[in-house]
Amino acid sequence: MSATVTAPAVGRSEAKIARRETLGRLVRSKTFLIGSGVVLWWVFWAIAGSRLTPYDPVAQNFASLQPPGSGHWFGTDQLGRDVLSRVLAGARDTLEVAPLATLIGIVGGTTLGLVMGFFPGLVDEVLGRMIDAFLALPLIVIAVTALAAVGHSKWTLIAVIGLVFTPIVGRTVRAAVLGERDLEYVQAARLRGERAPYVMFVEILPNVMGTIIVEATVRLGYAIFAVAGLTFLGFGVQPPSPDWSLQIADNYALLNARNYEWTVLFPGAAIASLVVAVNLIADGLQQVLDR
Amino acid sequence: MSAPALELAPKAEGAVPALELEDLDVVYTVRGRDRQVLRGVTLTVGRGEAYGLVGESGCGKSTAALAIVRYLPRNGRVRSGHIRIDGQDVLARSGGDLRTMRAEAVSMVYQNPGTALNPAIRIGKQVAEVFTVRGASRAEATERAFESLKLVQIADPSSVMHRYPHQLSGGMQQRVVIAMALAKDPALLILDEPTTGLDATVEAEVLDLVAGLQAQLHTSVLFISHNLGVIAKMCARVGVLYAGRLVEEGPVETVLRDPRHPYTVGLLRCIPRGGVRKDHGRLDTIAGFLPNLGEDLPGCVFAARCALAEDVCHTEEPPMHQVAGGHLSRCHFHERAQTLPREESADLELPRVDRGASPLLQFDELGKVFQQRGHSVHALTGVSAAVWPGETLGLVGESGSGKTTLARTLLGIIEPSEGKVSLAGQQLAERLSQRSTDEVRDLQIVFQNPDAALNRRHAVRRILRRTLYKLAGLGGAAADERMLRLMHSVRLAERYVSAKPSQLSGGLKQRLAIARAFAGDPKLVVCDEPTSALDVSVQAAILNLLVELQAERQVSYVFISHDLGVVRYVSDRIAVLYLGRLMELGPSEVVFDGPHHPYTEALLSAVPTIDGGGRERIKLEGDIPSAASPPSGCVFHTRCPRVLGAICEETEPPLVEVEPGHLMRCHIPLEELRRLQRAPTETVRA
Repeated sequence: MSATVTAPAVGRSEAKIARRETLGRLVRSKTFLIGSGVVLWWVFWAIAGSRLTPYDPVAQNFASLQPPGSGHWFGTDQLGRDVLSRVLAGARDTLEVAPLATLIGIVGGTTLGLVMGFFPGLVDEVLGRMIDAFLALPLIVIAVTALAAVGHSKWTLIAVIGLVFTPIVGRTVRAAVLGERDLEYVQAARLRGERAPYVMFVEILPNVMGTIIVEATVRLGYAIFAVAGLTFLGFGVQPPSPDWSLQIADNYALLNARNYEWTVLFPGAAIASLVVAVNLIADGLQQVLDR
Repeated sequence: MSAPALELAPKAEGAVPALELEDLDVVYTVRGRDRQVLRGVTLTVGRGEAYGLVGESGCGKSTAALAIVRYLPRNGRVRSGHIRIDGQDVLARSGGDLRTMRAEAVSMVYQNPGTALNPAIRIGKQVAEVFTVRGASRAEATERAFESLKLVQIADPSSVMHRYPHQLSGGMQQRVVIAMALAKDPALLILDEPTTGLDATVEAEVLDLVAGLQAQLHTSVLFISHNLGVIAKMCARVGVLYAGRLVEEGPVETVLRDPRHPYTVGLLRCIPRGGVRKDHGRLDTIAGFLPNLGEDLPGCVFAARCALAEDVCHTEEPPMHQVAGGHLSRCHFHERAQTLPREESADLELPRVDRGASPLLQFDELGKVFQQRGHSVHALTGVSAAVWPGETLGLVGESGSGKTTLARTLLGIIEPSEGKVSLAGQQLAERLSQRSTDEVRDLQIVFQNPDAALNRRHAVRRILRRTLYKLAGLGGAAADERMLRLMHSVRLAERYVSAKPSQLSGGLKQRLAIARAFAGDPKLVVCDEPTSALDVSVQAAILNLLVELQAERQVSYVFISHDLGVVRYVSDRIAVLYLGRLMELGPSEVVFDGPHHPYTEALLSAVPTIDGGGRERIKLEGDIPSAASPPSGCVFHTRCPRVLGAICEETEPPLVEVEPGHLMRCHIPLEELRRLQRAPTETVRA
């Protein structure tokens, strides 16, 4: 039989080419590039911190509430701190808490979703109703309650946001698993005597990885929001950190009386830029991975 | 040969043809490069003529159809050539002009009627839309929609008009689509694989309908199919497409009987037909692969795979040679195309099946009831049979007959509601997880669709090594060695070890799936439609492989297929299922040659064959009854053309051994069946 005469040669290199093509499509995606650029910018400043900022972000060295000008491009706040330096240095805590919280949510949610999707019937039904009940409450309420109960530190913040995300991620992963579990490769695995954990994590998981990656980026955006919101309410990052939402919390009272909008505008814009950038990355990934 | 269309159609010489393609080149732009998909296709569909376009997947059939209605995907375009429908230049039109042409001059029927109909709109409104678009009033449109549903012989059209598409069976849906396509009395009707998704009996009905309407309305038809049997039944002329080029064209009968292009010759030899069985030897195949999309082919497109090719074939494009009146072949050596040597030697030493020994697999009174929304669906009722070592048991029946449920019950994927399965005398646990490793290893399966059956994230090495580890307890170098031996025995080249399934062609994927099934040296392999997703030339190679493995290893098969030619080729014995019951069981030749059960008879008569003629079509009325409420008495009596009367409606006939080794479930005595089935068919109540 000469059925393989003119078959194109495939092998390891071919797999590499396929991976490179996926990367190539990502790099050609404008949304992905812009998003990554902005995120990398904030990551750079989170690492560099006060070493590269024009002034010390926590030193109260200047006349308070100076409007933006040549000396202080973003002005100063009511304690006489340079707003530009504080905005640049303000990404650090968020960028520590949000990704770690997302990681917990993704790992927990993936496991939950695989179990629910793979064991239809009672297991799925019971867990599903519990998630429904849980999601009926506003997330911020659950988080505030939990933080009030366990006391707030950076680590409890990470844990609480991660746990709140777990059922949400779980639902998305479950839907993806349902699309896979009836495919015949799952039956084929059972027909060589594989047990459930192997089928879930080795056979099915790689096939729902695209969904999980996109979900992770979307969740990261929400995590940044959640950190900002909880910090604003006083349950998150604590002073004297130059964290963005802490700056807003410190200064938003001034908006009422006089036009000191720069104290709030710049950190607000910084939060928005990070969240939008992360969502741009999610969009870019989705377009490429969903092909 | 049934080509009533041409004889009835007026063949007015000099009239404007319904469709003219002239030197049509279509390219797709992929990654900035033009890839040629159609290469100078020239063909003409005369008025009232049915023209068949045949070819394997990837040869450009559907592209041709899309180009004709100017519906190519965004990266596709007509580079040169002309398309004329009813004398009108299609390529010169745009915008509203083009829409008018699509609305009035040409209709298209696609393969999948389920997606061609809008699921949210009632049938009546959808069909009426065809008329309102063309300016009819609402009441008039509804009236005419009713008329067109009657035309396609839909039972109870007024109730159908109020239903949604999902409430109709596949055959009914396709009738509705055909009704819509014909409603505007198009100059050209394009049918793109219109019956590929349907059961043989339903397919036969739809084809009869189309043939009848075509004769009645003198519609010009471009019929696209991969199935030569269907083309033979439906068309007067046929064009064979290969790698985007029309390689042969002529009257259907002539081309099929006297093909003059090596590709057509090879294609016809791949198909198991005319009662050929595995003990007659291997099937012939076509070497090599279809050229890549848009590959630069300076000479004959088929040269790389052609055993007759000489130097000139690789350098010089052959012209269309006139073989005889209207029969054209694009081959330099068309006079000796039929001397194409066999690609595969036919010699094959098959093991003798010793039915005196104890059977390998035996199942007794297997039953399966599914609970579905409060209903009990009897998917399987009291099915018993046995398979001996080295034997193939073929399972045939329409969809919903319980073939797949039976196969999966044997494997333990589905637990039976009653009955038992034993392997080599040992009763098997019902659940797969309770079976021992040896038992799991002994029963394996090859699925229909290798895309779903292979984990697309796992490479060949991982798939095979893991299976060897689980079923043969092999690891390390021993597993590598066995893996390579296994790949060799299914003819999967060693260089594919690191490839993922998506990098393999359909045939190679199925070879990998077969290698996986054979990793633990099974005693019995269930083959669930293993070739129905493949092209005929690939199908032949896979069937050869399965038969060779059987000869080598004495493995038994339970072989499910809706293609009766394929079942006949591989099977030693055949079981016919209907509504979960065994209707007939016997040696392959006996079941095929008859006298057979009336259901088997109808199934056989429904298959359009290339050789044509032979059997008179026996029409089965209506769809398969629901397994949730099977008919009383003999379950087949509602559709049986030979029904006797009250006894069939009241008493279920037992499964009786009517002659040695031949079991049948019918009230009609064997001798009577023999007489009836030999008699001319006019006596049959249709």
